[in-house]
Amino acid sequence: MLYRENGQFKTSYRADQAVFPIAQDRLAIGLILAFAIVVVPLVAPEYLFRAILIPFLILSLAALGLNILVGYCGQISLGTGAFMAVGAYAAYNFQVRIEGMPLIVSLLMGGVCATAVGVLFGIPSLRIKGLYLAVATLAAQFFTDWAFLRIKWFTNDSSSGSVSVADLKVLGLPIDTPVQKYLFCLSFLIVFGVLAKNLVRGHIGREWMAIRDMDVAAAVIGIRPVYAKLTAFAVSSFIVGVAGALWGFVHLGSWEPAAFNIDRSFQLLFMVIIGGLGSIMGSFFGAAFIVVLPIVLDNMPYWFGIPIDTALASHLTFMIFGALIVFFLIVEPHGLARLWSIGKEKLRLWPFPH
Amino acid sequence: MKFKSLTMAAAIAASGLAGLATAPSAFAQAKEQFFPVLVYRTGAYAPNGIPFANGYVDYLKLVNAQGGINGVKVSFEECETGYATDKGVECYERLKGKGATVFQPLSTGITFALTEKAPGDKIPLITAGYGRSESTDGNVFKWNFPLTGTYWDAADILLQHVGKKEGSLDKLKGKKITLVYHDSPYGKEPIPLLQERSKMHGFDLQLIPVTHPGVEQKAAWLQIRQNRPDYVFLWGWGVMNSTALKEAVATGFPRDKMYGVWWAGAEPDVKDVGDGAKGYNALALQHGAEPNSKIVKDVLAQVHGKGQGTGPKDEVGQVLYMRGLSAAMLAVEGVRRAQERYGKGKVMTGEQARWGYENLALDQKKLDALGFAGVMRPISTSCADHRGATWARVHTWDGAKWNFSSDWYQSDDSIIKPMIKAAADKYAAEKKLTRRTPEDCQS
Repeated sequence: MLYRENGQFKTSYRADQAVFPIAQDRLAIGLILAFAIVVVPLVAPEYLFRAILIPFLILSLAALGLNILVGYCGQISLGTGAFMAVGAYAAYNFQVRIEGMPLIVSLLMGGVCATAVGVLFGIPSLRIKGLYLAVATLAAQFFTDWAFLRIKWFTNDSSSGSVSVADLKVLGLPIDTPVQKYLFCLSFLIVFGVLAKNLVRGHIGREWMAIRDMDVAAAVIGIRPVYAKLTAFAVSSFIVGVAGALWGFVHLGSWEPAAFNIDRSFQLLFMVIIGGLGSIMGSFFGAAFIVVLPIVLDNMPYWFGIPIDTALASHLTFMIFGALIVFFLIVEPHGLARLWSIGKEKLRLWPFPH
Repeated sequence: MKFKSLTMAAAIAASGLAGLATAPSAFAQAKEQFFPVLVYRTGAYAPNGIPFANGYVDYLKLVNAQGGINGVKVSFEECETGYATDKGVECYERLKGKGATVFQPLSTGITFALTEKAPGDKIPLITAGYGRSESTDGNVFKWNFPLTGTYWDAADILLQHVGKKEGSLDKLKGKKITLVYHDSPYGKEPIPLLQERSKMHGFDLQLIPVTHPGVEQKAAWLQIRQNRPDYVFLWGWGVMNSTALKEAVATGFPRDKMYGVWWAGAEPDVKDVGDGAKGYNALALQHGAEPNSKIVKDVLAQVHGKGQGTGPKDEVGQVLYMRGLSAAMLAVEGVRRAQERYGKGKVMTGEQARWGYENLALDQKKLDALGFAGVMRPISTSCADHRGATWARVHTWDGAKWNFSSDWYQSDDSIIKPMIKAAADKYAAEKKLTRRTPEDCQS
């Protein structure tokens, strides 16, 4: 009922190519955006912003970037943490070394540097694929871990290897309070979300998917694998790099290479797999699942006033979280995004299923 | 998945989110002094994190058993960080809304992250025996309190000790000292001081990093075997310490030439190695294992005796337990001090407690009254000095227990002070902070 499309006719190519061809979808997205931009800043408490919403937004952005590479182009990468780190440290260096560097420019330059490194480490993808490539991208992870720990120049000669940024300003407006930080991250996410959605709908996205589905066939019909694969690496690492810069600048404020270690790469890969490979929406679902759920589970005993040992609570969280991952993957191997689209399909027919 | 179960799942998820949104406000602000407790009882560092957490919590329970802080009851809540920085930040955000008095992150990485957040939230940070060394400078780091000593002090005292063994510090010329360190801000903190001293005294400093969590040290010890240093300094934590000792046994490096920092010298570090660790030395952050002190007897009688103890009874009084206990004592005493100014028997805000930490005056009489006679030396802080004391001893493992094997040392401020000043100035310049004025010191 909610999704009944009666009367929605497409009479032009333009209408047929709309991002959200169904009116209800457009409405829903509009409402969600309005809710996120207007309602949430008004009502949410500080804890929700700092501990959940901001990490969620930034990791969604990173998952979005990774999804382009893994989900759309089929190049498995375990080096996401590395590209985030490159973004963060590059942005840091632009910020501290160039006087008066605008914040957004340094964040984007962080993304540009991550692009360069991403393309570099993407070159092996021209020869190897699948699991072999995953192992090759691990090299990126280990290399950046090493570089940011050992090369003093990157950390501005910080004796402890930890760097920090302060005094974030955009056009004279401080990015200081949780609401400002939230809106700042949200605007990045919206812009990149729209860009990514359009990229994957366009010819370049189709090339990526062709490569993913069968690279030999794609080459036969005239798609250049070099171009397609490297652009996927470039776009993906750019978004991931910007997300990394945001993670360092906005969320942590002070970080060390451990913030972007291999665990982060795995975490993002899980987000993409659980959320849904090859789906923009899935990146958000995956990030929500991985960021929010453990915290909810962690807090459960307190809400219900169950006195429980800290260690036990934390072990239980791990167990339940693991069980849920297995459960979801068994029930729906295509990820949460697939569940979402099944839900939509059902809503089109509801309440009169065939 | 069926549509029905799908909607059910969605409903459950939504209710979970709603709970999350309302959670912090659901806790009523009672008239209690609230102490957030960041702990790690799980993960790679749990064996060392657990005794610390037990001691910390037990002391807070003891304060309540003795009638609170001038009548103000103490409340606390644990949050599990797993030694991970992002989890620590989440815990901080979760607990700060409940009227947190002071945070003790027990991780240099989390300390770095929280240093950026504490001034905005007006919550002090105590980093007793860890954290950033330059935060001793209270004129720049208004909210950080590396009470009882920093890693620069630790490194300095270790060098003084080995210098004394050799005859004098100048005899270190040409000697080889290797630092085996945890490859994180924690392990890297002592490096600037050691480099400074190596320039002064002409010893050869070799740095060997060990990656988290520290179980892979074969390569590190191969290097040590090749290089044959005169001394090995160990900046490890958790399983890294016992691994290092086992590797030392395997490579035949004499344990009595090994010196750990105060986080590398507790029972969990040496227990598994047993006799192999005999002769291994470590710094003691003032206290060692103190099973015979009055405070331990008080805890056993008034907390464990009533069945409210945290953790096993026979670990009460061990090194890390005592560390947690004294960390909690410092947190509570700062509040007591603040009450002298802002009103006895009142709940102090984080901002008021900060004044207390900045004006700590724990003399011997007060320490004796608290039951810390022989456990700690007097400690007093000021606006410019947030560290309070720089005393430490060395203790040695005899195969069954830790025994003090040196006299008291004090770090050499003529070397450390200028380093602190330079590092704090650099931080202030990066952050565009100005040094606090004398008027601000009174606030």
